[in-house]
Amino acid sequence: MSFFLKHLRAFLLLELLLGMWLTLRSMFRTKHTLNYPYEKGALSPRFRGEHALRRYANGEERCIACKLCEAVCPAQAITIDSEPRDDGSRRATRYDLDMTKCIYCGLCQEACPVDAIVQGPNFEFATETREELFYDKQKLLDNGDRWEEALAANLKRDAPYR
Amino acid sequence: MVKVLIDGREHECEEGMTVLQACEQAGVEIPRFCYHDRLSIAGNCRMCLVKISPGPPKPQASCALPIGEGMKITTDSPSLRSARKGVMEFLLINHPLDCPICDQGGECDLQDQALAYGFDRSRFAENKRATGEKFMGPLVKTVMTRCIHCTRCVRFANEVAGVDTIGMLGRGEDVEITTLEQTLDSELSGNVIDLCPVGALTAKPSAFRARSWEVEKTDSIDVMDAIGSNIRIDSKQGRVLRILPRLHEEVNEEWISDKARFSCDGLTRQRLDQPYIRKEGKLVPVPWQEALTLVATKTKQARARCAAIAGNQCDVESLYALKKLLEGQGSQMFDARQGGAQFDPALRNGYLFNTTFARVAESDALLIVGANPREDAPTLNARLRQAWLHGSLKHVFGIGASCDLTYPCIWLDDKPQRLVKLAGGKDGVFETLSQAKRPMLIVGYDALERNDGKEIWHLCGVIAEKASMVQEGWNGFNMLHRNASSVGACEIGFNRGLEGIQPLLVAMVQGDVDVAFVMEADDFDLESLKRCFTVYIGHHGERTAAQADVILPSAAYTEKDGTWINTEGRVQQGFAAVSPPGAAQAAWRILRALAEELGEPPAWNDLQGLRTSLVQEHPDLGTLDRPLSAAWQSLGKAGVLREDAIVAKRDNYYMTCPISRASETMSACTRARRALRSSAMTHAA
Repeated sequence: MSFFLKHLRAFLLLELLLGMWLTLRSMFRTKHTLNYPYEKGALSPRFRGEHALRRYANGEERCIACKLCEAVCPAQAITIDSEPRDDGSRRATRYDLDMTKCIYCGLCQEACPVDAIVQGPNFEFATETREELFYDKQKLLDNGDRWEEALAANLKRDAPYR
Repeated sequence: MVKVLIDGREHECEEGMTVLQACEQAGVEIPRFCYHDRLSIAGNCRMCLVKISPGPPKPQASCALPIGEGMKITTDSPSLRSARKGVMEFLLINHPLDCPICDQGGECDLQDQALAYGFDRSRFAENKRATGEKFMGPLVKTVMTRCIHCTRCVRFANEVAGVDTIGMLGRGEDVEITTLEQTLDSELSGNVIDLCPVGALTAKPSAFRARSWEVEKTDSIDVMDAIGSNIRIDSKQGRVLRILPRLHEEVNEEWISDKARFSCDGLTRQRLDQPYIRKEGKLVPVPWQEALTLVATKTKQARARCAAIAGNQCDVESLYALKKLLEGQGSQMFDARQGGAQFDPALRNGYLFNTTFARVAESDALLIVGANPREDAPTLNARLRQAWLHGSLKHVFGIGASCDLTYPCIWLDDKPQRLVKLAGGKDGVFETLSQAKRPMLIVGYDALERNDGKEIWHLCGVIAEKASMVQEGWNGFNMLHRNASSVGACEIGFNRGLEGIQPLLVAMVQGDVDVAFVMEADDFDLESLKRCFTVYIGHHGERTAAQADVILPSAAYTEKDGTWINTEGRVQQGFAAVSPPGAAQAAWRILRALAEELGEPPAWNDLQGLRTSLVQEHPDLGTLDRPLSAAWQSLGKAGVLREDAIVAKRDNYYMTCPISRASETMSACTRARRALRSSAMTHAA
């Protein structure tokens, strides 16, 4: 009996029709694909993208060169040199982040006591050369200035869960 | 002996100990902030709580509680833990949460103990108290809001350093450590930084430059004086960041002098990093080979008409290599006493600090001749002060330029003639010395670096003999060297003859010397080099380098493995923390290469080989970390003393060698001390 049914189904092209039916149905459903780069998916406020060094509202850089991020970084991608600034405050004279070493674990952001180093929503920072991925302090501060609005919003959205 | 029960285990300890010390001995850790082994007991942090039975129901502060027979001590129980947690919470009430910017972060007692014994949040909703900064000079940075009022710094200043300018004012919430808003007038002031259990007192020169966990730590020996203090060199990225003391009970305890601690920034300035040759009156950088070839050619021409002068910080290996090089040429003209000290380097009992530092505390009468232990050896002076404060030292007499030693000293005279009177025996002071059980004499470089140095040295020996300073089991004759290289140079025979460097300089002036090797020496009469072809082997471009014909750049003490012998005759080894700048090399390597160039290579090729051959020749140097000793022999012969007074040859403690002279920190200290002294003069007037 099963032998007969199997051959009948094949003879009537039932599988094919079922498949075409699925295709036909999907044509009228919402699409799963995005027209990247013109369209982008939603990101969690905890998304760990490109790094940035933030500033306070008055323009003062947040980083105090405590080196906790340097110490916690499992990939040892961060190098910091510090010195007293002219006004006597503790500042980083160098904040190098090797983005080719970074494993985007987010521990630097967790360790930072002043929310200076953060991983922002930007994931589109591919470069043509390796050298461009060796970020220095200025590059990170510029990132911070560029993304501040999004960074602050993300931190605010995530704050209740911390 | 007293028997106590610590956490149920029986322990025997000496009478008079405190409960904390007994627990420490039994290997039980008790948290503490104010208690320190080397300071008096304050009992004001209340962290060291233990439960005593029989005793009051409340926990007791163990640091201030003497041990008693049959005490049952509990060091860990739920109630004790909560009591300590409570104390910790009180200590943290006013302590700012600024660990990320605090230099103590990572090596902070408060951090560590808060983690182990503390409570993880604060219940203190009121405003925190803040305190203004205090000025403690160019070395100590203060952030007084972080202070937990353990008074370690106050006790250190009063008891060890002997300056009473730090104190505590106010009560309750208003309590504050205060200073007179002036530089700490002490050569040991840097030690308060190590003592401070929190970040209230930190090092100003290295402020914010590194974290304790990211520095490379290397054990070495200090060369700023002849004490041979044990130090730890902290370096980062090939640069010496700071120098800390290492514990050595018999040498420096756990203190080091400010010069040892803070002169390290001089290591990066004014350095010689490549060989130079003088061409047409100007020093021109050249490759090593060219410089070595030139020196070898000149040396070959000169043969026995070579001479060498070594400096204050040379290691034994380099001295040995230099001596062998000159002996190979048939020359016997070398000496390391560039200051002109006169004594016989063949008599070991005459140039050692025979008493040894550890036994200084046993002495009951002291005669100082032409020395200033406070500046020549600050850590030794701290020991002398302790001996006067807590020990048996009752009488201190001085001959020479008077100075404040931080303990009372009767300055008899500044003329050496007084020594003749003392040696004659008909003198009240001599009576006191000879009646003392353990009399001691310290003769220093202010007296020895004179034309009549050897006569003074002889007289000191006579006094030591007559006042029975040399007895069974006690040798009270001490020479306090100023330079880290001195005893090493005497031991390997680099120093020769009673007259010191004088005959050598005369030979140079008379033109009997064609090639002069000057190794790290800048503090002698450079005029005498005028007629010689001068080869400077050194690390700083200073006076000698400026008039040298060839400069061979060498490594400073932080950049080489080396052996130094301190004034007690203690052989100690240090290790290289960083590599020398540029093309510079350790001096013994340069001398090895030069010997090769001369066609007379020594048998050794590396440091190990050098040390082996050194020890074969001088077997006593094979034993590390034990003071050398020698049977007593009479010192020298009597001679004519000069009439003039013994004066202090050094007027500035902070800048005495090429490294400290190049240091910005040391020059800031010099300015601060001058300001302090001149303001003291104005007040006095």
